[in-house]
Amino acid sequence: MPKVTYRQPDGAERTIDVPIGWSLMEAAIQNNIEGIIAECGGGCACATCHVYVADTSQLGPIADMEGDMLECTAAERQPNSRLSCQLKMSAQMDGLVVLIPARQT
Amino acid sequence: MVVGAGQAGQQICESLRRGGYAGGLVMIGDEPVLPYQRPPLSKKFLTGALEAERLWLRPASYYEKQNVELRLHVRVERIDRATRTLHLAGGETLNYAGLALTTGTRVRPLAVPGAEQAEIHYIRSLADGQRLAARLPQVQRIAVIGGGFIGLEVAAIARELGKEVVLIEAFDRLMARAVAPQVSAFYAELHRSHGVELLLSTGVRAIRSMGETHTVVCDTGTEYTVDLLVVGIGVLPNSEVAEQAGLDCRNGIVVDSCARTSDPLIVAAGDCTWHMNGFLQRELRLESVQNAVDQAKSAAASLLGQPSEYCQVPWFWSDQYDVKLQIAGIGMPHDEAVARGDASTKAFSVFYFRAGELVGVDSLNRPAEHMAARKLLAQHTALSPAQAGDTTFDLMALARA
Repeated sequence: MPKVTYRQPDGAERTIDVPIGWSLMEAAIQNNIEGIIAECGGGCACATCHVYVADTSQLGPIADMEGDMLECTAAERQPNSRLSCQLKMSAQMDGLVVLIPARQT
Repeated sequence: MVVGAGQAGQQICESLRRGGYAGGLVMIGDEPVLPYQRPPLSKKFLTGALEAERLWLRPASYYEKQNVELRLHVRVERIDRATRTLHLAGGETLNYAGLALTTGTRVRPLAVPGAEQAEIHYIRSLADGQRLAARLPQVQRIAVIGGGFIGLEVAAIARELGKEVVLIEAFDRLMARAVAPQVSAFYAELHRSHGVELLLSTGVRAIRSMGETHTVVCDTGTEYTVDLLVVGIGVLPNSEVAEQAGLDCRNGIVVDSCARTSDPLIVAAGDCTWHMNGFLQRELRLESVQNAVDQAKSAAASLLGQPSEYCQVPWFWSDQYDVKLQIAGIGMPHDEAVARGDASTKAFSVFYFRAGELVGVDSLNRPAEHMAARKLLAQHTALSPAQAGDTTFDLMALARA
């Protein structure tokens, strides 16, 4: 199964298996990864599952809705900002590293 | 002791542990499953594309790690406040030092002749969602009774699955409790353009069932024969146990702005509460994830002896077809509604004002305006109706100012 590494603001890391088709938000929640709140449960409606992606070349483009919500994150938006609920796991994302911001609300 | 294993109950457990409470913690739920997200049940879950284990708010290992004892599939039948005892179905008793009631709601049943005998699908629990998701592939013609969020979301999914859908609403417009007439009109057109047969101002007089076929008899005299019946006509608060225990109840369990009931040892949070809302400065009952989560945080704070007022801006969302509706604040009632953007583009917002003050915003496919609206409402930033309607006026800049 492809793997994703979640890095906390303090540098602590955990690498987990993510089933193809699951979002990186879902995988984080079901594996007790701290710092991804996802209040709306993956509806692209709350911007509390913000992550910074180490290598964005492994990802597809940002859809309009996600782009708009990224304007509203609690931690500053950067060029590699994404909403983890919108990142659906695929084979080419194997080995992806995401950094969790210091705050989501 | 936390009675009710839904979003609010889970949040109370989480907030208690985050707040440093290290004592015993038991969460009791009448469903046989871990606390889960309810919103997808009327949305994506019905397409069968989402397994139940993706809905858990936290995995089973979370409760073990946090030392939260889950008592699932058991009902609390009675609270004895004098002896601080919970009586569970089956006779077991549990003592509490502090108690949180997060009992949620149940669906309002359709009360017309024949309804009790008919196989009606309601959507509240995971089991309801699973039942409906399993049935959908086997049917072709569906009647949805109720033009609120749940009914409309189900109608949208059913159309996407290629089913024939008739939607019957007693009131003269859709989502009348939540949105203004112009938003209702947009959604009526949206559903009709997707092929839903939409009947407004139409009551249901009776249901006649024959095997797996149901005939809905409308008060207009028209009859619709379908092979699946879905009803979404609202919910009722589960406050009976609280009432029997002598707690103040009024369309829900009455709590103050810190989620405290009339008993100092008992708090309550979520859909089941009739609460003083610090942000709105009035009492009401709210049915939403936001209310469950934010009020639960206040409830946990009260249990920890550090009361903190619940005064967050309410927000809601609904997915129908390719339109995401996001609601900030409570726009009803209002005395002025101003549209921003063009409804024909399927991306616009409506700003609601009461006595000149912004009270709510409905955003359709305008997530940035929704987020700006939440900030503006939270900060009580002055915004004029003219500014709201002017698409060149930078709302986000004002919200950040």
